[in-house]
Amino acid sequence: MAGVWARRLRAAMWHRALLLALAGFGFQGLYFHIGETEKRCFIEEIPDETMVIGNYRTQLWDKQTETFLPSTPGLGMHVEVKDPDGKVVLSRQYGSEGRFTFTSHTPGDHQICLHSNSTRMTIFAGGKLRVHLDIQVGEHTNNYPEIAAKDKLTELQLRARQLLDQVEQIQKEQNYQRYREERFRMTSESTNQRVLWWSIAQTVILILTGIWQMRHLKSFFEAKKLV
Amino acid sequence: MPRPGSAWAAALLLLVLALGPRPGGCSEITFELPDNAKQCFYEDITQGTKCTLEFQVITGGHYDVDCRLEDPDGVVLYKEMKKQYDSFTFTASRNGTYKFCFSNEFSTFTHKTVYFDFQVGEDPPLFPSENRVSALTQMESACVSIHEALKSVIDYQTHFRLREAQGRSRAEDLNTRVAYWSIGEAIILLVVSIGQVFLLKSFFSDKRTTTTRVGS
Repeated sequence: MAGVWARRLRAAMWHRALLLALAGFGFQGLYFHIGETEKRCFIEEIPDETMVIGNYRTQLWDKQTETFLPSTPGLGMHVEVKDPDGKVVLSRQYGSEGRFTFTSHTPGDHQICLHSNSTRMTIFAGGKLRVHLDIQVGEHTNNYPEIAAKDKLTELQLRARQLLDQVEQIQKEQNYQRYREERFRMTSESTNQRVLWWSIAQTVILILTGIWQMRHLKSFFEAKKLV
Repeated sequence: MPRPGSAWAAALLLLVLALGPRPGGCSEITFELPDNAKQCFYEDITQGTKCTLEFQVITGGHYDVDCRLEDPDGVVLYKEMKKQYDSFTFTASRNGTYKFCFSNEFSTFTHKTVYFDFQVGEDPPLFPSENRVSALTQMESACVSIHEALKSVIDYQTHFRLREAQGRSRAEDLNTRVAYWSIGEAIILLVVSIGQVFLLKSFFSDKRTTTTRVGS
């Protein structure tokens, strides 16, 4: 009986140590504070067929201990990703810690919005939530040690693979730049056309109303026998 | 006798290490800053790490924002008002949480989109065991220099993309403004011309004041 309890205690200590390790390591990255109903949106302007991986971790402010708790069960974050046309690409609820992935199919501004969706409203109680966020785009999403292990690559092969990925990303970005430049050119040409036609139209309106004014007034004064 | 608990814990630890913390790294984020708002970001940095904060305003108003960087003691390391683009490098003098804030409090109704790039330390090496005894071969060092060059190409591409986004946003603004103002002016022109004529007519059509005087 005592043996079972000792084993359980050791397992519990292991788990606690692991949780502390998780909290300590953290996602080496940026964090910010978010209110209960607040929605934070981030924009990623990416070419098409680009993978984006986002990792987040949340910590809740505990009023009693005046610190941020390492992890809070029951506290979820809702992640919504919209593509440049406004269509929702990803809309999912994750736990207090999560990882979301999506691949873009159209080039442009993708909007990633996060807001908390706590199941127990009382735990928030006017406190704040600390969100650690890390978004990696394109070739930064590749996990090279994993690729090396999976494909059994030598060091040189792995470096070559990394260079290939980088060059592919540069190519995609250049392609996207060509598409953007085309849009910019169309906008400028449209502005040019509009300025031209509306200036002509306004001049014509001016002349026509001038003529109409003079004729109307002349006939009016002739009727009044003043001319 | 194998203990399932410890095996699970070991697997979890491996998962943590795989997902893993990365020593140093770079965070690039583009976010929207509403009017009269201030948004702050924090990062825990160890002493002696060289960090760079670079930011650029992409859309909104006069394309400027206030930026402020503080160290863990609250000492302001960098403070600039109404800047469009800037880059600031510093070395962390002590361990702790560094905070940087972007403020749009001076603006009453324009949302701004701000991009920032916060580089902490060096990028992690490709191989975990980078404390090598043997030097890199020529091929490997060539790969390293190509990698660095490509990183700077990607960096330039990012900055170019942001400037182009800024230019494009201004051009699209101009386009809509030209349309609305042209239509507005045409309407005003018509209304004023017709109105003038009728107003003038009303001066002469007034029955109460007559130009003829009754002679006695």
